[in-house]
Amino acid sequence: MQIKVLIDQKPVTLRGNKDEFLADTLRNNGILSIRKGCDTSCCGLCTVWLDGKPVLSCNILSIRANGKAITTIEGVTQEAEAFAQVLVAEGAEQCGFCSPGFIMTVIAMKHELKNPTEAEIIHYLTGNLCRCTGYMGQLRAVKTYLGVQ
Amino acid sequence: MFTLVDLLQPDTIAEAYEVLMEKRNNGILGGCAFLRLGSSRIGTGIELSKLNLDYIIEQDEYIEIGAMTTFRSLETSGVLQEYFNGVISQAVSHIIGVQFRNVVTVGASVYAKYGFSDLITALLALETEVELYKGGRMPLLQFLEQAYEKDLLTRIFIKKSQRRAAYGNLRNSASDFPIVNVAVSCLDQVWRIVAGARPARAKIAVQASAALTAGNHNVDEIAAIAVEELAFGTNARGTAQYRKAVCQVLITRAIQEVLQCK
Amino acid sequence: MKSVGQGIGKIDGMAIATGKPVYTDDLVMANTLIVKILRSPHAFAQITKIDTEKAEKIPGVECILTYKDVPNARFTLAGQSYPEPSPYDRLILDRIVRYVGDEVAIIAAVDEKTALKAMKLIKVSYQVFEPVLDFETAQGHASVVHPEADLHCNFDIGMNQGQNIVSTQKVEVGDVEDEFKKCAFVAEDTYYIQAQAHCMMETYRAFNYLDHTGRLVVVSSTQIPFHVRRHLARALQIPASKIRVIKPRIGGGFGGKQTVVVEIFSALVTLKTGKPAKLIYDRKETFSCTNSRHAMRLQVKVGADTEGYIRAVDIQGLSDTGAYGEHASTVFMVVGQKTLPLYNKTRAVRFMGDVVYTNKMPGGAFRGYGATQGTFALEATINKLAEQLQMDPTQIRLKNLIKEGETSIAYHGKLLGSSSLHRCIEQGKKLIGWDEKYASPVVCGSKVRAVGMAVTMQGSGIAGIDTASAEVRLNDDGNYTLLIGSTDMGTGSDTILGQMAAEILETRMENIIVNAGDTDVSPYDPGSYASSTTYVTGMAVVKAAEELKQKIVEHGAKFLEVPPEYVEFDGEVISTLTSDREISLTKLAELMVLGAGNLQLVGQATYGSPVSPPPFIAGFAEVEVDRDTGKVELIDYVAVVDCGTVVNPKLARIQVEGGIVQGIGLAMYEEVRYGEKGNLETNSFMQYKIPCRKDIGNLQVAFEESFEPTGPFGAKSLGEVVVNTPPPAIAHAIYNAVGVRINSLPITPEKIFMGMIKNK
Repeated sequence: MQIKVLIDQKPVTLRGNKDEFLADTLRNNGILSIRKGCDTSCCGLCTVWLDGKPVLSCNILSIRANGKAITTIEGVTQEAEAFAQVLVAEGAEQCGFCSPGFIMTVIAMKHELKNPTEAEIIHYLTGNLCRCTGYMGQLRAVKTYLGVQ
Repeated sequence: MFTLVDLLQPDTIAEAYEVLMEKRNNGILGGCAFLRLGSSRIGTGIELSKLNLDYIIEQDEYIEIGAMTTFRSLETSGVLQEYFNGVISQAVSHIIGVQFRNVVTVGASVYAKYGFSDLITALLALETEVELYKGGRMPLLQFLEQAYEKDLLTRIFIKKSQRRAAYGNLRNSASDFPIVNVAVSCLDQVWRIVAGARPARAKIAVQASAALTAGNHNVDEIAAIAVEELAFGTNARGTAQYRKAVCQVLITRAIQEVLQCK
Repeated sequence: MKSVGQGIGKIDGMAIATGKPVYTDDLVMANTLIVKILRSPHAFAQITKIDTEKAEKIPGVECILTYKDVPNARFTLAGQSYPEPSPYDRLILDRIVRYVGDEVAIIAAVDEKTALKAMKLIKVSYQVFEPVLDFETAQGHASVVHPEADLHCNFDIGMNQGQNIVSTQKVEVGDVEDEFKKCAFVAEDTYYIQAQAHCMMETYRAFNYLDHTGRLVVVSSTQIPFHVRRHLARALQIPASKIRVIKPRIGGGFGGKQTVVVEIFSALVTLKTGKPAKLIYDRKETFSCTNSRHAMRLQVKVGADTEGYIRAVDIQGLSDTGAYGEHASTVFMVVGQKTLPLYNKTRAVRFMGDVVYTNKMPGGAFRGYGATQGTFALEATINKLAEQLQMDPTQIRLKNLIKEGETSIAYHGKLLGSSSLHRCIEQGKKLIGWDEKYASPVVCGSKVRAVGMAVTMQGSGIAGIDTASAEVRLNDDGNYTLLIGSTDMGTGSDTILGQMAAEILETRMENIIVNAGDTDVSPYDPGSYASSTTYVTGMAVVKAAEELKQKIVEHGAKFLEVPPEYVEFDGEVISTLTSDREISLTKLAELMVLGAGNLQLVGQATYGSPVSPPPFIAGFAEVEVDRDTGKVELIDYVAVVDCGTVVNPKLARIQVEGGIVQGIGLAMYEEVRYGEKGNLETNSFMQYKIPCRKDIGNLQVAFEESFEPTGPFGAKSLGEVVVNTPPPAIAHAIYNAVGVRINSLPITPEKIFMGMIKNK
């Protein structure tokens, strides 16, 4: 199977099996920021954007992405680094394995929500599990990044 | 993880149905969230992305929702938040996370008649119809109760009205399956009480609904009637006894909530 | 201080946060074989026939190994210093399989699909035995989990194979039975703690290859590179000098990676085929085929006199170590070791019990390592005793807890070097609003709010055993390389050890290259476990840096032609006290590697401590219980921490918050369920619920610094103690809210609801 997609705004042809999911296809084609943390679509580590919407790449059949735009953390470097700096200043990246998926979700949230409350922030990020930080440091970083109290 | 021999992205619904019925092991690929947990061997997987079934449209009498509409679209839809006190949006908002809800589809969840489904419970409390390619358009209740027949679910319709509704659920962890869920609605003094994740799927508490409609406004009593007529079971997330007790509490609260809303 | 005490961001933070390819699976070379494991479907069985002929014929299959193809020498996988206190009860592949998921065959192929296809074609026949699935009936069960004659223990841990007992222990000071008779108040209860799963986000994985000298190089997501090397040498029967183990960035461990889980299988494939190979466990395997916290039953009895002094503590335990005995005896020992010293007005204390084999996934090391289980049981009983005494639970602690400079009968005369625990309790009370809230639970409709509390201690390294070496080298361009063998699994230990070296050498972090976790390069370190990295490795780093600083001063003085006492070094320049002559560090460094100096300067130290100074935490929980459903909302959690000097406040705070949430998971959400035939049902994030963001309420963390004289800059440790207080504090708060005492974790809404019904 072969699909033609835009990855981080560059046209790319990806090869993979028919029943392959996007997370595997992306990693097999050298996009290593994609992490897989579970096998039941529960953890959010594999989050990428499909046509701008945050989705679980482990749960998108690669064929479904054909002709669409995929955004990984490599494609939003400026925003990602800006937020990553705040996260690292909090000490809240810890093992870092959940961080790229988390950052993709945070940036998506920034684009989607205007002036979110703390409850709205927590709701939007609920699908991103973390075992290291206890979530509080991540929330502090998000609030600093969004300029929220 | 499932395997596919072949993969098709049909351009028309008719083509999708035709290929679906060609072989016993041909199957529809919806959100694939549950499909990937199992090890089905699918012949031809039929992928519906090209059929333009991802929409929520407010028609004159109905809200029409295409089968490929995602849960996140339901959650954020202005139309669905406006009607029925936003009960549909609320019902799906607890499920795993935003990214997950951007993947799972209405059609797949309703067609599969999942017991734990929060969406089906909410839909059943409203005047909902489903449309199957072969079976045609029918009330959701009828679809849920009829025997399994392979078909293709294309749209659901929710009748617009001033119906008031409330949704309730109990979960341990916030992103877990529900231990039990309920939805209650009322239009022109006619009530409908629904409970799901019993762990069996959503069902209408007919006697309790009728009693409430008939004028018995002793909410505790109505809730007690409801849990007597519905069956509850035991599984990993709870015993039948606990589910029944909690369901009664949730129904009481949902009725009170509806009584209070405009 | 310029570096220590600063909240510096981790040196690897930006790279790992932005998805740079620095983890094990990102470093794999092309054409690496994929390894998969065929696993036993039975909890207890013997392989009677295994036929791999058809599977081997599939194109792309490189090798298939069974019990017939592996050496016959037993070993342990436990990450512990040699000689390990864990039994040598493992073979790489055994003819007997001892839990659902136990390894049966190793398959290596060119890709995953081929490996899985081959796996399906391997035919195995089993003779199935009756499994031992209930640890409470394991002793004396008709089935003997480990009947083999060649099982070996380095120490007498009380192994009794025929009875399924791995270890029998008893520690007693004074006469508990006698003391209880004299006590005016006695509280007792029985508690059950589950086999909590680590759920680190990066699952287990390793890859390996043969290098340019024919040596086996292993890159692994491990906490214990040196132990991995030693176990690989023993299991594969090759010299350790032929093995190199590298630990790259890893995605969490929490103790799970203190056992050699995957490395042997994929290393064996490389040895057999000569080709690179990798093995990645998926989440299901990580849940069901690795290791977990030891499930335990603990019976605790505490007694107090009329004045409220706790005079006797008795803990009797039964621990389930599953199919293999890694960490079995040591985790069990810690149950008593890190609880009994706390209440030092005692006249008698006792800890005793057994660890048993069962046919389930093995227990292993998990943050807290026995202290977690012990803390839940003891603190819940102390809270029960407080109620009997009609004493405020914080009062009974303040009255009975050990203070700095005091001893405890469990300590045999040794004095507690540092503690601010009493201040932690006072501070915690203020932060949660204890005095207003404890006596009067607030009722609003169907909901009740109440508070509860608990205290805990842990250790800092294993006294007399954990020993670490460190080296600091002055490079030719005037910066430094810090060589350490400890293993940063996200905690930031690479960074804080760099902070310590920077502090001593009076330089900036940017001038220190931290190189860690490579057995060819690093000085020996047991690895990051037992809360040893800050305290033990840290002290080695401090001493190594001090030695180098001394040498810089000496050689700088030589160039300035004055005795060393006549110069000072400010981190950049060595100058005479009279300030008339100076030489820059950069210049000195340049000269030392050339003929003029003829000696590259290195500081080296090895450190092990004869003591394990305990960190302490006072934990307070505020819950809101819905009396109609039993559902609990966590409103607030306060943890006040004594870890000695706080080396990096930002990282320390996150350690506490992360540990509390793991403790909350253990207390309220994480449930382990087995099917009738011994298969683990809770083997995914869908079924096993670690806390998500909405499950935790507010967390408040504060530090009350003490100063530990034996620790680097006065620091102790933090890594494990953080997980222990939530289960007893939350259980206590729930009891205060609705009068229901739940002694078996997790505390679910249904258990509370049923408890309330029973009370009626």
